[in-house]
Amino acid sequence: MIEGILIGLETAFSLKNLMMVMIGCFSGTIIGMLPGLGPMTAIALMIPITYGFEPSTGLILMAGVYYGAVFGGSTSSILINAPGIPGTVATSFDGYPMAQQGKAGKALAIAAYSSFAGGTIAAIFLLIAAPSLSKISLAFRSPDYFGLMILGLTAVSAFSAKGHFLKAMMMVVLGLMLASVGQDTLSDIPRFTFQNMNLSDGISFVLVVMATFAMSEALTIIFKANDPARVTKQISLSELGSIKLDKIETKKMVTTIPRSSVLGFIIGVLPGAGSTIASFLAYGMERNFVNDEEKQKFGKGSVNGLAAPETANNAACSGSFVPLLTLGIPGSGTTAVMLGALLGFGIQPGPRLYQTNPEIFWSVIMSMYIGMVILLILNLPLIPYIARVLATPRTFLIPLILFFSVTGIYLMSFNNFDIYLMIGIAVTATILRLYDFPMPPLILAFVLGGLMEENLRRSLLISDGSWTFLWDRPLTFIIMLTIITIVGWQVYKSFFQKKL
Amino acid sequence: MNISPSKIISLLFFIFSGFYLYYAHQIQVFTFDENAAFNAKTFPIYLGYAGLVFSALYVILPETKPSNVDLKVLDYKKTILLIILMILYGITILRAGYFLSTSIFLVLSYLVLGERKWRWIFTLSFPFVALFMYLLHGLLNIYLRDPFLQYLGIMG
Repeated sequence: MIEGILIGLETAFSLKNLMMVMIGCFSGTIIGMLPGLGPMTAIALMIPITYGFEPSTGLILMAGVYYGAVFGGSTSSILINAPGIPGTVATSFDGYPMAQQGKAGKALAIAAYSSFAGGTIAAIFLLIAAPSLSKISLAFRSPDYFGLMILGLTAVSAFSAKGHFLKAMMMVVLGLMLASVGQDTLSDIPRFTFQNMNLSDGISFVLVVMATFAMSEALTIIFKANDPARVTKQISLSELGSIKLDKIETKKMVTTIPRSSVLGFIIGVLPGAGSTIASFLAYGMERNFVNDEEKQKFGKGSVNGLAAPETANNAACSGSFVPLLTLGIPGSGTTAVMLGALLGFGIQPGPRLYQTNPEIFWSVIMSMYIGMVILLILNLPLIPYIARVLATPRTFLIPLILFFSVTGIYLMSFNNFDIYLMIGIAVTATILRLYDFPMPPLILAFVLGGLMEENLRRSLLISDGSWTFLWDRPLTFIIMLTIITIVGWQVYKSFFQKKL
Repeated sequence: MNISPSKIISLLFFIFSGFYLYYAHQIQVFTFDENAAFNAKTFPIYLGYAGLVFSALYVILPETKPSNVDLKVLDYKKTILLIILMILYGITILRAGYFLSTSIFLVLSYLVLGERKWRWIFTLSFPFVALFMYLLHGLLNIYLRDPFLQYLGIMG
């Protein structure tokens, strides 16, 4: 392993590759900041450029873009409540309220420190445990994955709905319904396409996320422009506040970061789970760890509530490389794009990658850590400038958000249908948000829809149509028990509130 | 009888789930797959039922935390105008081309939202879109169809 680390260091510290990490981190941050544009789009844009490079250099650039875009996504989540990717949705729960309270600088600093710490801890885990960790994900079977996905959706509904659990569950079902549009992955049978060719490939994730977050947020801001409660929440540059953290805030982060890193990394390793589930679970877990006083602050600008998902999503990014590099299975949508790029280089990731291309395996791991350092050095001093986005007048910011959203979709499909569909979903989402129907459960359900169906299919076929697979394996049984506990707790809370 | 907007939305979702379930049953599967433990319509059927159950529960059970929205303070005019502008943008983007339709969309949106600083309105529309197009088309080699610029001979 030492030999491999040295090979990785040598490759990663070459001038060319260091430049690539820096360019990747910087461009990733900028692209990730644009509402609706996430790492997947950023990496996809990089693929044609990297074909001229050596495989390790290309992969290093893409890894830098990935981390930069995740941090950039957190920035837009905090400043304008428009997450570029689902992995940073949980960041907005407490980051955006903090910005509304005039602590945008502090929120961005917490995000930067947490991302760095989470990424660093996970990179160390990855370095030490990459070969053996793949065995953990191998232990998971389809019923466990199916259970884990339901657990993620239930947890999101319970924690993000702020007392509107049933509304959140309706949004979960709506998200899964939207994901079911298009050809069935196994049989290619068209479903809910109504003979419309534009729907045969399904609805794009970027379209749904931009419609329900960026576009809907922009419309909501205009819709509620005259709302006195909303007007007082408008952020001004004078309310930006310091980026320095006091002792109490640092102490809170010190306790949050280690547990969120471990959780984020483990979730990231599981193929399909990724940074979204990691950030939501970390948010939920943190809420259960803190005292009642801090618990009340969740959703209103809690330091723990912001640090936990930020740490976990970065740790999960590192974790998601484990199945990609050791098994050849992408752990997330973004690593799936990277898998495509690797295959383009003529490299087949898998257990043999150690032997055939050790410089790629180890240099990517080394570059991850270098990327973390560069992101912190680059982003912390830039925070006051990044936060100046707040000073942009609403009259300019809203049309620009709408423009970026429409452009993002137009570049993907070059047809009007997707633009109309996006406007339709955005208008519906705006009305739903008005009446406290939460959007994060919808997005998570939409992302997981295909995988959930695939795992349910396998589980039911293996058990010959019997639902006993939900409790046959101890691991699945524990997951199902956790789900029942969460649902039971929500029912109890509703009953208790009613009594009061 | 007073029904809250959230319950009306849930009722609409109940009807939507009913339609979804109906169309889920209409999905044509292969004959050999008809009696399989899982086929293309299994998951959508479960989803249809789940939608019916959750929305029905919301309609039937009393609301523990009703959403209070003051409909009088909402700015319908600007929001509807922006939505119309976006639809027009969608209609014109292929015909008039990316540059012209995007620039005009931005100018009109700024004006609808009450902006009157003409220097900024101009800077953040035509030159901004031109720069953005150069970044995408010129540097990143991402194809952007633009009949207007092709007619002028600016784009190949």
